[in-house]
Amino acid sequence: MVEARIVRELTALLGPERVVGDPHDLIVYECDGLTLERATPGVVVLPETAEEVARIVKIAHREQLPFVARGAGTGLSGGCLDLGGGIIISMARMDRILEVDFDSRLAMVEPGLVNLWLTNAVSKHGFLYAPDPSSQSACTIGGNVAENSGGPHTLKYGTTTNHVLGLEVVLPDGEIVWLGGRVQDRPGYDLTGVFVGSEGTFGIATKVVVRLLPAPEAVLTMLGVFETMDDAGNTVSQIIREGIVPAALEIMDQLTTQAVEDYIHAGYPRDAGAVLLVELDGPRAGMALQADRITRICRENHAREVRIAKDDEERQKLWKGRKSAFGAYGRITPNFYVMDGVVPRTRLPEILRQIEEIGARHGLRIANVFHAGDGNLHPMVLYDGRIPEQTSRALQCGEEILRACVDLGGALTGEHGIGVEKQNFMPMMFSPADLAAMERLKQVFSPDNLCNPGKIFPNPSHHGETTQRMPGIPGGAWI
Amino acid sequence: MAEPGAWKFDAVDAPEADRMMECIHCGLCLAACPTYRELKLEMDSPRGRIYLMRAVAEGRIPMAEAFIRHMYLCLDCRACESACPSGVSFEHLVEGSRGQIQRRTEGLPGLVQPILRLVLNGLFPHPGRLELLADLLRLYQVSGLQRLVRSLHLIPPALRLGDELLPPNLPRSERRPPGSSLPPAGPPRAVAAFFTGCVANSLLATVTQATVHVLRAGGCRVLVPEQACCGALHIHAGFRDVAKGLARRNIEAFLASGADLIVTNSAGCGAELKEYRYLLREDPAYAEKAEAFSARVRDVSEVVTEFPPEALRPVPERVAYHDPCHLAHAQQIRKQPRELLRRIPGLELLEIENPDWCCGSAGIYNLLQPAMALRLLDKKIDTIAAVRPSLVATGNPGCILQIGYGMRRRGLQARVVHPVELLARACP
Ligand SMILES: Cc1cc2nc3c(=O)[nH]c(=O)nc-3n(C[C@H](O)[C@H](O)[C@H](O)COP(=O)(O)OP(=O)(O)OC[C@H]3O[C@@H](n4cnc5c(N)ncnc54)[C@H](O)[C@@H]3O)c2cc1C
Ligand code: SF4
Ligand code: SF4
Repeated sequence: MVEARIVRELTALLGPERVVGDPHDLIVYECDGLTLERATPGVVVLPETAEEVARIVKIAHREQLPFVARGAGTGLSGGCLDLGGGIIISMARMDRILEVDFDSRLAMVEPGLVNLWLTNAVSKHGFLYAPDPSSQSACTIGGNVAENSGGPHTLKYGTTTNHVLGLEVVLPDGEIVWLGGRVQDRPGYDLTGVFVGSEGTFGIATKVVVRLLPAPEAVLTMLGVFETMDDAGNTVSQIIREGIVPAALEIMDQLTTQAVEDYIHAGYPRDAGAVLLVELDGPRAGMALQADRITRICRENHAREVRIAKDDEERQKLWKGRKSAFGAYGRITPNFYVMDGVVPRTRLPEILRQIEEIGARHGLRIANVFHAGDGNLHPMVLYDGRIPEQTSRALQCGEEILRACVDLGGALTGEHGIGVEKQNFMPMMFSPADLAAMERLKQVFSPDNLCNPGKIFPNPSHHGETTQRMPGIPGGAWI
Repeated sequence: MAEPGAWKFDAVDAPEADRMMECIHCGLCLAACPTYRELKLEMDSPRGRIYLMRAVAEGRIPMAEAFIRHMYLCLDCRACESACPSGVSFEHLVEGSRGQIQRRTEGLPGLVQPILRLVLNGLFPHPGRLELLADLLRLYQVSGLQRLVRSLHLIPPALRLGDELLPPNLPRSERRPPGSSLPPAGPPRAVAAFFTGCVANSLLATVTQATVHVLRAGGCRVLVPEQACCGALHIHAGFRDVAKGLARRNIEAFLASGADLIVTNSAGCGAELKEYRYLLREDPAYAEKAEAFSARVRDVSEVVTEFPPEALRPVPERVAYHDPCHLAHAQQIRKQPRELLRRIPGLELLEIENPDWCCGSAGIYNLLQPAMALRLLDKKIDTIAAVRPSLVATGNPGCILQIGYGMRRRGLQARVVHPVELLARACP
């Protein structure tokens, strides 16, 4: 709980509609998309300007209260949780598009803007904002910046960091500064690059200058159907080896396609071992030729069917199926735990075999859907939280999978961030010296450690103390 | 207990725990929710509301002031269901929660609760009283009393919006003797029992006439069985037992008519009629009949795209189409009304921005939560005005009244009509 005096001060600043202090209300802010970790915040405030954010941060600083920004709360690593009973600064009301400059191909937006709304606003002029996380219909640009989010099209276009030119930031002492600006490659340190992906620990972004790209002239989506995951994985390697750069390369296993089909009838076969979704985009000229090459590669790797979406409707349906995969699992299992590991692309067949083994050893089913082109896997451990030891077995599976990824030369996370979820796995990847270097960088931005504390760095007391883990009643599925 | 209110849901017709579990807390519904878009408070988002319901189910918070407020600020527009990748039936959850609130607590604060009770229990279940009221309202307009009352500012604030919503020049209500059977215009293709809907029938008689006309023109024999209010407003408000009584009456009457199809021109009624199967799922005497009933229900736009009238005359209008929530989100009907309008020669169909964002009507929500309803209405009117239509078309009486009011309020000329009215104009 935050002292009543401070809540009063915040209310005087923002008005009662923009301060949430009632404990019966505050519980909705106790977790994000990962409900495994929960912590009830002290108070939630909704500023509408950078100046208001700065005033709030100054109050927090004066009172030595921890604070954390929250976008749409779709994060999957507990990044926006307030672990210290402090202030959640919801950026949701700062959702305006401040400027669109097609000549310079950029837009200046507020961080609470929903990712997809930006593309919607510029699409009639033939532009788009490239980073497209599967949560893009709800997640915010600010959250994307903090997590350096990617999406299916990351393969060709890169992650958020490749699309942010500049940021207005409220630093943890309340000072408002600009990092970067309207052009790429400014002299001096690339502080924009440092901020993007800092998981909300370096300050609060209040304006974001992003790059807009011209929408491709043509888009073509193909579906390859395979009997085994190995064949699908080898196809991906060969496509890239032959120098083709598709906009997206996504693989789904049978458990996933079945769940998706039951739910939205996207047109995936139910009996195939794996499906590969390939998207090509760019100039119309030459696209058919590329599609032919991909068809040939699929066939060489024993695809039993290769199909090109014949119209926009079929295309959208295939993508809706892919983007709804997480939701669809909710219908086949009471709970699930999504991982976000990365391996070098060539090790895909190997990690898939290991994941299968890990699941078998723990008696749990594991579904797989992943950005194959980047080697970014989302193994989904299916379990039933009402059976107590299943939760701990699911967590155990998760840990083993991530360890396997790291052992194969990969990483703990591709796009969901470390947050609280994976903080204690950091030593798997980083030596004490590495972590100390990161810690020193954080000190520069947040010397008092008030800005989103308790995240990213290992915390032995976590898992039992800082957050409540899974209370008695079975919750929904955990993404 | 410190607070008034009740703890935990009891077992009677409660929001089902399994249904709540289907929510995976992904948040993809947030930006789809009108109250969240306006307030950006997560308690007033679909995910937040489900979280609060879970908290009540777990005994973490009481069914009291905060919970009740968030449940009733929801429009029950079901936009969250269109957005949800996990197939959560939000409607059943929020309506179940409101049922518990009405049965187990003192309900809504202030005068709202008694007014709600009077309107929903005293008025809507009785067609005679509704017609009488419609006549009185017409008299109120024709006599000049409306002008007088308005100019003297005699209307209490709670009723002001209700007064404003009345379309000017109310037509006479449609009183077809129950039991009538109207033959098709050409060769018979289907038998349709017409569910007229209280609001359309009493305040928008031209919509009722147009519906009968286009159904017959498309080859339907139209039956009009003796019928009761669909009960949607009651369910939205949480008066589940009244709604069940109405549902049973309608089920008996329409099944007895023997019609293949049960057709309505009101998106709100249609959505509810299709949910009778859920409402009466625990009623051994009616569960099966409700299933049979709901399976036959169609929106009029579904029927006329299947049995279209031929040889249409041009209707030279620029028409903006608004998707009623209870068509687009509740019944996933988006294509048919547009197809219907596109069939009409000379008619130019205009797509507005975010056509399926709620206009704020939502049953009688606009009367209970006027502030939120007006915020949503203003946004809707902005998007309509941007395409400069000569008419606005939408397939729900509540939306027709609400958007009509919004247009008048902004001094915009375009009238609001039901798509079947345009089809009727095109159809000799
Ligand atoms: C169904 C589903 C699919 C997903 N798919 C993908 C995917 O394909 N790719 C992907 O990368 N992620 C994905 N995610 C994860 C998530 O959507 C992203 O991490 C997203 O960027 C989070 O945005 P948000 O607005 O919800 O942020 P939140 O969850 O609210 O916050 C995330 C972090 O951002 C910080 N933050 C928020 N706003 C600011 C700000 N203005 N300034 C500084 N810090 C801030 C918070 O403090 C927190 O640390 C998915 C999630 C779900 C539920
Ligand atoms: S029904 Fe409408 S108002 Fe209610 S939670 Fe869903 S989207 Fe929001
Ligand atoms: S979209 Fe569906 S599953 Fe996701 S939070 Fe909303 S209601 Fe829950």
